[in-house]
Amino acid sequence: MVEFEPPYLYPEYRSTVLRAPQRPPVRLPEEWFETTPGPAFGRIPVKPEDADLTRQHAGEPLGERIIVTGRVLDSDGAPVRHTLVEVWQANAAGRYVDPADQHPAPLDPNFTGAGRCLTDADGRYRFISVKPGAYPWRNHHNAWRPAHIHFSIFGPALAGRLVTQMYFPGDPLQDHDPIFQSVPDARGRARLVAAFDTGVTEPEWALGYTWDIVLRGRQATPREA
Amino acid sequence: MQGPTPSQTVGPFFGFALPFPGGPQAASGGLRVEGQVLDGAGEPVPDALLEVSHDSDFARCGTDPEGAFHFVVRKPAPPPGEAPHMEVTVFARGLLRQLATRMYFPDEDAANAADPVLGLAGARRETLIARAEQGGLRFDIRLQGDDETVFFEI
Repeated sequence: MVEFEPPYLYPEYRSTVLRAPQRPPVRLPEEWFETTPGPAFGRIPVKPEDADLTRQHAGEPLGERIIVTGRVLDSDGAPVRHTLVEVWQANAAGRYVDPADQHPAPLDPNFTGAGRCLTDADGRYRFISVKPGAYPWRNHHNAWRPAHIHFSIFGPALAGRLVTQMYFPGDPLQDHDPIFQSVPDARGRARLVAAFDTGVTEPEWALGYTWDIVLRGRQATPREA
Repeated sequence: MQGPTPSQTVGPFFGFALPFPGGPQAASGGLRVEGQVLDGAGEPVPDALLEVSHDSDFARCGTDPEGAFHFVVRKPAPPPGEAPHMEVTVFARGLLRQLATRMYFPDEDAANAADPVLGLAGARRETLIARAEQGGLRFDIRLQGDDETVFFEI
């Protein structure tokens, strides 16, 4: 099995320089990865309507309506059932609702940009949202983040806990983005890019994207409590 | 079968999405743990997110502008052959992957002395043991530097 994890220290992404540990990580016995259970996420509230980011306010948000769906799988390819998937993103103009975001693009009163859902018995999740915009950041001169949706996924094992970002196909900013490029192999980077999917696209309504997620660890069911 | 989906940083803008009401309170009437996340220059990390877990207990807390966090946990029963501890996962802007560490309890000298993971941590084992202080415990996380916290290979 090939792994394509980014390093902790990746100087092109400046924030890693003072935050990446310098000591070699301590290696624990291998079974620790497989046997330490993942966090019991059952206290995190999740309601069915949390999966539709376009219906959290009085009106509909501006932007290209999208459906993002896929399966959460373990490293054996088995579905990770009834686990928690959390997403957050910028609005269609590239602005986060987070007060720390100072990018002078408009907020959308009809869009917060945060959602949650549980995977079904096939490990499938599904969100409705709008396509996030690109936005500038201060990592280097004229730096722009490619459009992306942040994902947080709980797995059966602690080692399967994953926070990552999903990108959109055909975005030229990916070639210039040190966060995306921190994944050392093109095959690994390709795993972060969703596929446009006519089968998921709904006529006269929304563009569809498919993105499967593979967690570390195998053969177990996550624990809600 | 393909390998795992690569990790990417949690970024700076998760505060409106990941924290949840009561998130820091893993247990009622438990031990209050306070700490700070610090970078390699000793500066506070104001945009970190911690998850602390053991068995059915789970806490999630962000850091404030001073890099400070707190959570409330019960001291768990010791797992077979180990001292009682909590699993601690750290996410932050600037961390392309999460960091995995543990918090042990200061009133468990004998069990801590025999704990195999603390043994593997060697001279830096003290970074994994919370300190008792007025009203609870203190557990700081140093991402880099001379007294860098022990993190595990993941």
